[in-house]
Amino acid sequence: METFIHQVVAGIATGGVYASLALALVMIYQSTHHINFAQGEIAMFATYMAWTLINAGVAYWLAFICTLLLSFSLGVLIQRIIIRPVENAPVLNIVVVFIGLLVILNSIAGWIFTYTIKAFPSPFPKEPPFGLYFISSHELGSICVTMVLLLLLYSFFKFTPLGLAMRAAAQNPDSSRLVGIRVGWMLALGWGLAAAIGSVAGMMIAPVVFLEPNMMSGILLYAFAAALVGGIDSPGGAVLGGFIVGILENILGAYVIGTELKLSVALVLIIVVLTIKPAGLFGKVIVSRV
Amino acid sequence: MSRMLLEVKDLFAGYAATEVLHGLSMKIEEGSITTLLGANGAGKTTTLRALCKMIKVRGQILFDGQAIEGKATEDIVRLGVAHVPDGRGTFGSLSTEENLQLGSYTRKDKHEVALDQEKMYSYFPRLKERRNQQAGTLSGGEQQMLAIARALMLRPRLLLLDEPSFGLAPLIVREIFDIMQTINQNDKVTILLVEQNAAMALDLAKYAYLLETGKLVLSGLSEDLKQDQAVRRSYLGH
Repeated sequence: METFIHQVVAGIATGGVYASLALALVMIYQSTHHINFAQGEIAMFATYMAWTLINAGVAYWLAFICTLLLSFSLGVLIQRIIIRPVENAPVLNIVVVFIGLLVILNSIAGWIFTYTIKAFPSPFPKEPPFGLYFISSHELGSICVTMVLLLLLYSFFKFTPLGLAMRAAAQNPDSSRLVGIRVGWMLALGWGLAAAIGSVAGMMIAPVVFLEPNMMSGILLYAFAAALVGGIDSPGGAVLGGFIVGILENILGAYVIGTELKLSVALVLIIVVLTIKPAGLFGKVIVSRV
Repeated sequence: MSRMLLEVKDLFAGYAATEVLHGLSMKIEEGSITTLLGANGAGKTTTLRALCKMIKVRGQILFDGQAIEGKATEDIVRLGVAHVPDGRGTFGSLSTEENLQLGSYTRKDKHEVALDQEKMYSYFPRLKERRNQQAGTLSGGEQQMLAIARALMLRPRLLLLDEPSFGLAPLIVREIFDIMQTINQNDKVTILLVEQNAAMALDLAKYAYLLETGKLVLSGLSEDLKQDQAVRRSYLGH
């Protein structure tokens, strides 16, 4: 029973990471209907930036905040310089650009930081919190960080004029321009936010999976599964999907299929959702007249 | 004639390979209601879209003496041009109140905005009942009211209205036309109205333009156009 509880809790902790990354995917999907395949690599790159800062002697939380800002700017720059010129191109072109971005970021990281696996520090203590045996401090801490992040994002989108403008721009760009919203910048801002959210996911998972240029490839797959389970156009669904995938992955890995086959849980989930309920749990079913 | 708020000279506009407007020239008097009449496909909607640069244009558009043909839609909005597009363009998944808030997105005077919002609710009491409801779930008439209210939240100097009566019950159309009269008189908003219902539009408007295949063929006081044989036959049905 104790191990079972621990598996669930650990699932919630990694689920939070999947949830954040899934949310980043959904944010970009909602405004542009594109799946950003490079989202994981942006997060990986951001984590390397954090690692560099921490190694240079910057305190963890300061490095954390700097990384948020840096990856936000990275996201904005990528949208403005690389994505904007192909905005209206056919979808395959955009997919190729995303995949190119994925490969380029991966290679640059390998080139600058080498492919050797690095340890990434956790800001939380080594010993379990409050003498609890079924949860590690990093798991609890990472759950809290994810929750704070989600709460902040929710408040931003729900209660600030800028958040409202971003939602409007995602939903109806033409009408948004007619009320004076600069839609292009809202998209860039969305990319920045998505990159920043991804960087948090990277920094929270890096102490668990270790830092290396390919660290996010598996995580991104789980995030895809999470986004699809919740509904690719539903932010709340993506978050819930993240936790579902995290818990499912851990329990199946521990009791049913073994840790080696864990990643296939994500793939099976993706296939099952796409065949049985393509809109996900909370997604909108799009019906179009032809 | 008094001061002109909008002057259009030799305007060409269209979509991709199809040119719709072939050298349109028109003037809108400040404080007036002007209606743009024409058959389907004459280029009425295109004219409104061209005026706020939702499509590429060639020619000159002067708003309050300032050339705006090179500006982006967002900047034209900031000068005080509000557009209620055809199909209404409400934000379906946002609430009624959020739609109104978006209308005042460019304004900084928070206190005045709050007052204006109450004013919109007094113009359209039904929107107040539905303030927390998703705009997509409102009836057609309510959505049209919301679209107009949202445009007014900008405190526009010029309001462009694209077929506000489209698909609505006569009683609701009457209500919307009454409101247009009110905002023109009380709030001094200049209105350019594109309308299928030529009889009602000519009653409301001071000036009228008649558009045929991308060109103006007739312009003048509404009263005069009402007497015109061609207009009577084609648009008023008698």
